[in-house]
Amino acid sequence: MGFFTSLWQGFHSAIVRTFVTDDRYLIFAKGLQNTLVITLGALIVGIFIGVAVAVLKVYYYQVGPFKLWPSLGSFLRTGRLRYLNQVLLRLMDGFLNCYLTVFRGTPVVVQLMVWAFVVFSSTNEVLVAIIGFGINSGAYVAEIVRAGIMAVDKGQTEAGRSLGLSAWATMRLIVLPQAFKNVLPALSNEFIALLKETSIVGYIAVTDITKAAALVRARTFDAFIPLFFVASVYLIMVTILTYFQKKLETVLQASDRK
Amino acid sequence: MKNTTVTNDVAIQVTGLKKNFGDNQVLRGIDETIRKGEKVVVIGPSGSGKSTFLRCLNLLERPTEGRIFVHGDEITARGCNVDKLRQKMGMVFQHFNLFPHKTILENITLVPIHTGLMKRKEAEERAYSLLERIGLKEKALTYPNMLSGGQKQRVAIVRALAMSPEVMLFDEPTSALDPEMVGEVLSVMAELAEDGMTMVVVTHEMGFAREVGTRVLFMDEGLILEQDEPKAFFANPKHPRLVDFLSKVL
Repeated sequence: MGFFTSLWQGFHSAIVRTFVTDDRYLIFAKGLQNTLVITLGALIVGIFIGVAVAVLKVYYYQVGPFKLWPSLGSFLRTGRLRYLNQVLLRLMDGFLNCYLTVFRGTPVVVQLMVWAFVVFSSTNEVLVAIIGFGINSGAYVAEIVRAGIMAVDKGQTEAGRSLGLSAWATMRLIVLPQAFKNVLPALSNEFIALLKETSIVGYIAVTDITKAAALVRARTFDAFIPLFFVASVYLIMVTILTYFQKKLETVLQASDRK
Repeated sequence: MKNTTVTNDVAIQVTGLKKNFGDNQVLRGIDETIRKGEKVVVIGPSGSGKSTFLRCLNLLERPTEGRIFVHGDEITARGCNVDKLRQKMGMVFQHFNLFPHKTILENITLVPIHTGLMKRKEAEERAYSLLERIGLKEKALTYPNMLSGGQKQRVAIVRALAMSPEVMLFDEPTSALDPEMVGEVLSVMAELAEDGMTMVVVTHEMGFAREVGTRVLFMDEGLILEQDEPKAFFANPKHPRLVDFLSKVL
């Protein structure tokens, strides 16, 4: 037997052991499914939280900012609701800042374990992972979207308001679409990072595709095939994501043509 | 209540209007009555507060003090529906502020449709007829980026007109234009004036003030220092600041 023939046979039997024996491909399939479900779920939660936080923060800085104690003092002295409103807005901004600081300032794997073992201790770990990653991602998306909103010319808001649109309608119809276009590359970055970050859900006993590889590796004592397979799967998923990002960018750039 | 003097032909009444930006007092007490159908032109050096005055009229700036009435309703009162008010007051900006992600047609129809003023079909018909008036009907489905400055500003005027406003505010509408495009914008405004629109125009175009304006206000340092109908205003300025200003710009 030649050298290459024996190399091929070794390779072939490793593939068989990794994927075929005991129907191990099913572990990978289940893992891939979990990876996709968690990523997609966290993406939706993250966008929802991120846009809401960004809009609220921008709103606060448009009408404010306010100082807590002077506003509270004015409210207690005059009893006017305007000052109470200022106090509440200031507290809201403080709360949002805490959220951003805590969730961007601690490792996502620690957050995930806190959700799974301290807060929920639920048996639905996939749902816990969606919540954990979603809330974490929301903090990053919030700052990205806020940057995008602030990059839209103030005249756009003024034009919308001067025509009689409400503040929220102006935000939704005029500002956010332009902000979204500004930050699409940064958002894609965040989503790619999120997809790959989900590879740590093994810590809370979810079998994602990375965990699947580890499980199979422990059975077959072969690390090469499962790890390179999993790496390729991530690479392919990221490539697909990037493809759609480019497509979307092209569509959004239709209005830029001169 | 000072408002008892408001009669039917008053479009805008301003009393004791002051506006501070921090410690900087930009408007220092303005009293002014604008009647329906008037074309009031506001001139003055930069930093005189003329733009701020205009922006207070539709509450893009909140007055620090003073009251503003539009068609008898106090817009500075608490609980006034600002959005409803603005639907009746069009505004045109120095930098056009067309929505770059919307086509020209959508720029014009977006707000009338969204606010329920018109159904889509009606709004589009009106948009096309307005665009035809300014000779840009064939541009309806293109984006603002593809238009020249003068074309953008004419579209911006039409966008405001689509809401059927009763008053039009112009904030230096020709200041950001190349010189050869100023004329096309001014002629649309002159047409609008002929149609009887109540207009308040902040501008540096003295020719426009003279020919289209029914009254000219001179502002400096947050006050209206002098006002008159255009002929007398330019022929016989009295306040030394105005004499000085006119000697520099004419």
